[in-house]
Amino acid sequence: MIAKTYLHALALSSCLLAAPAFAQGVNLYTTREPALLNPVLEAFTKDTGIKVNAVFLKDGLQERVRAEGANSPADVMLMVDVGEINAAVDAGITQPIKSDLVDKTVPAQLRPDNNWVTLTKRARVVVVSKERIKQDAITYEDLADPKWKGKFCIRAGQHPYNNALFAAYLAHHGAEKTETYLKALRANAARKPGGGDRDVARDIQSGLCDIAIINTYYIGLMSEAKNEQKGWFDAIKPLKTTFANGGTHVNVSAAALAKNAPNKENAVKLVEYMLGDKAQALYANGNFEFPINATVTDSAAVKLLGAVTPDKLPLSEVAKQRKAAANLVDKVGFDN
Amino acid sequence: MALPLLALVANAFSSRQAAEIWPHLAANVLPTALVQTTLLLAGVGMACAVIGVGTAWLVTQYDFPGRRSLEWLLVLPLALPTYLTAYIYVEFLGFQGPLQSGLRAATGWRSLRDYWFPDLRNLPSAIAIMAIVLYPYVYLSTRALFSVQGASIVEAARNLGAAPGRLFWRIGLPLARPALAAGLTLVLLETLNDIGSTEYLGVRSLTLSIYTTWVNRGSLPGAAQIACVMLLIVFALILIEVKLRGQRRFALPVRQPRPVTRRPLRGRRAVLATLACSLPVLFGAALPIGYLVTEILQRGLLTQFDATLLRLLGNALLLSGLASALVVAIGLCIATAARSGRETWLKPLARIASLGYAVPGTVLALGLLIPLAAFDNLLADAAAALFGLKPGLILIGSGAALVLAYTVRFLAIGVSGVESGLARVSPRIDDAARALGAAGPEVLRRIHWPLARPAIAAAALLVFVDCLKELPATLLLRPLNLDTLATVVYGHAARGVFEDGALAALLIILAGLYPAFILAKTGTDRAG
Repeated sequence: MIAKTYLHALALSSCLLAAPAFAQGVNLYTTREPALLNPVLEAFTKDTGIKVNAVFLKDGLQERVRAEGANSPADVMLMVDVGEINAAVDAGITQPIKSDLVDKTVPAQLRPDNNWVTLTKRARVVVVSKERIKQDAITYEDLADPKWKGKFCIRAGQHPYNNALFAAYLAHHGAEKTETYLKALRANAARKPGGGDRDVARDIQSGLCDIAIINTYYIGLMSEAKNEQKGWFDAIKPLKTTFANGGTHVNVSAAALAKNAPNKENAVKLVEYMLGDKAQALYANGNFEFPINATVTDSAAVKLLGAVTPDKLPLSEVAKQRKAAANLVDKVGFDN
Repeated sequence: MALPLLALVANAFSSRQAAEIWPHLAANVLPTALVQTTLLLAGVGMACAVIGVGTAWLVTQYDFPGRRSLEWLLVLPLALPTYLTAYIYVEFLGFQGPLQSGLRAATGWRSLRDYWFPDLRNLPSAIAIMAIVLYPYVYLSTRALFSVQGASIVEAARNLGAAPGRLFWRIGLPLARPALAAGLTLVLLETLNDIGSTEYLGVRSLTLSIYTTWVNRGSLPGAAQIACVMLLIVFALILIEVKLRGQRRFALPVRQPRPVTRRPLRGRRAVLATLACSLPVLFGAALPIGYLVTEILQRGLLTQFDATLLRLLGNALLLSGLASALVVAIGLCIATAARSGRETWLKPLARIASLGYAVPGTVLALGLLIPLAAFDNLLADAAAALFGLKPGLILIGSGAALVLAYTVRFLAIGVSGVESGLARVSPRIDDAARALGAAGPEVLRRIHWPLARPAIAAAALLVFVDCLKELPATLLLRPLNLDTLATVVYGHAARGVFEDGALAALLIILAGLYPAFILAKTGTDRAG
């Protein structure tokens, strides 16, 4: 009797919840934050009349699309980090995008076989205390210098941003040197690696550390903050950061077409739209990332940080070293 | 229920990749994770036991200024998600927070080079923060017991001249053992599956290791292996609980139990008692809520209060409501079946059904994803073949998958709630009813349900509050265009501006406060 009542209630409510079949519009699965994407998606709907249905995931985007299989509603997947994107391609949940506009806008090495398409770039650079440190450039290798002992701050070594950076280091220098490097970095740390990228700026302001690693867009976001984070921004200075024999470590945000996309035509339209001047300005400037569209020249990121010369190492090479980098971080006890 | 677990075990031992990763995990990851997890469990468990049992004993045995309000206020910290409390304390006690700013203004110090302040991102802080959120589980379970169970024994001891301290150690604590065990089990399982606050506070727990192994190494088998190690700990915890409960039966006498007469406290003792019961409320609820309210006012976030936010609230309430109803229904089936005692294999099954609570939400969600999606695809293909329809993914597309995930995750609370409710009904009543010719369903409807209702309602409310706060499964399994309060708070936190989500966070707490209030009241009414 009681159970029956519950069943009725349940049946009724699941009707209420039951989502319409997402046959029109375009369905987006993404790990990017809603506050960042929504302005672009709204502009897309306004300009094209195509409705965007979105689900904002944290992890497991790839697992979900794979499990949903042939009937998955996913059309477009928007992700950050080249490792994530390559994993999706390897899992066989993508299909190549055929579009002249994509081919024209994005350099070939930033859209391998068109399985995925780079939308924006972000760099991982060194920041120092504006007040206490007087230098303008540094190499990633220099961070291991014992002169930074007790002065260096960084988020967890297992975080994907650091994981990618260490993977790039591995690709440059090999396992043995990377292990030594990680040990030295850990020995220099002023506090246990942890927190977020903005926290290192806060810790520079508070005097806990003098030098730290941060993703470029956080610097931009703090610069326009209306709260205490503005103070964090004022306390730091970004350095021109490169590998000793290369350029700046850059990662990407990218779009891929889902293998079983039910609204393929609209999906391609969305990706093309995101490469256009308007979306690139919104998307890249809203988050201080470097636009991939070369015609958007005066981006907020460049104004703030100057032009960045990306490392020549192909991103696919970096992605291959991710597991090895994660293992080394464990081995040296970086996060302990 | 067993599906996600089976998927997990299969994943852990199936592939070549699985065999390759184990040595690395065993050498570099597991030792630290095991030590940190054990310390975390021990610390949180002890702190919760002390706070929970101590306050429960005070409010049930004594009368002191503020007792009536404190009795229900002590439940409130439960309404706050642990991750939120962790964020708030790091902000509040951080360099920019009011405490350190005030300190600098008062002393003229300028930066951390001038003074030392403890870093919050460590194991002791994690223990303190989790204990201050989770102790109500122990408080609720032991208070219910103190307020009725021991009345006659406690009073007999008092009349024989037992000192208050002796009364507690010799009578109160032994009596509370089964309730303490039940409350502590929930605390420890919740500590074990936590990821939000442990990650934020830099504790390398087993759960966090599972997560990083999956995300960074892309190694689901490796993650599953750590999860299996964790399940061993869970089994150990459950064994300890069963042992602690012992073989005793704690059914009430057939007559209505009589509540304890409280002894009034005066002078210094009264002040101490009020203080002891106020501090957990202050640190667990008042301070975090006050911080959020201040942020909302300072940042003018009240403008965020619009139709969208109300829809998020509606989604959260609907999903949580459905899940708690389902949990109670299933809990009722399992617990009554186990109670009838004819089928002995059911008892261990009831325990295994509760394992979902101990598995980290992310792992559980991943484990559920595969069978649910397979079912959806089967149905969709059948519909296409038979009727030419394209229904899409029924469970995942409708949010039903989410309700199922919550149900699996929080079934433990339902089962143990119903069990403890039924434990109060003497088996002799069942026998009497049967002798008078009542059939099984009638006994359930006319005897068990009315008598056990308060405890069952309490379990339903606990599940409801837990669903409101749930994050990992919600993030992974929700359909397109569906958001809840928790996912919005997460969205802001992910961008490093968690204060912008203060209003949504406060709504989660408010939505949880009302059930917490009812929860506290149910107990009080029962105590008379």
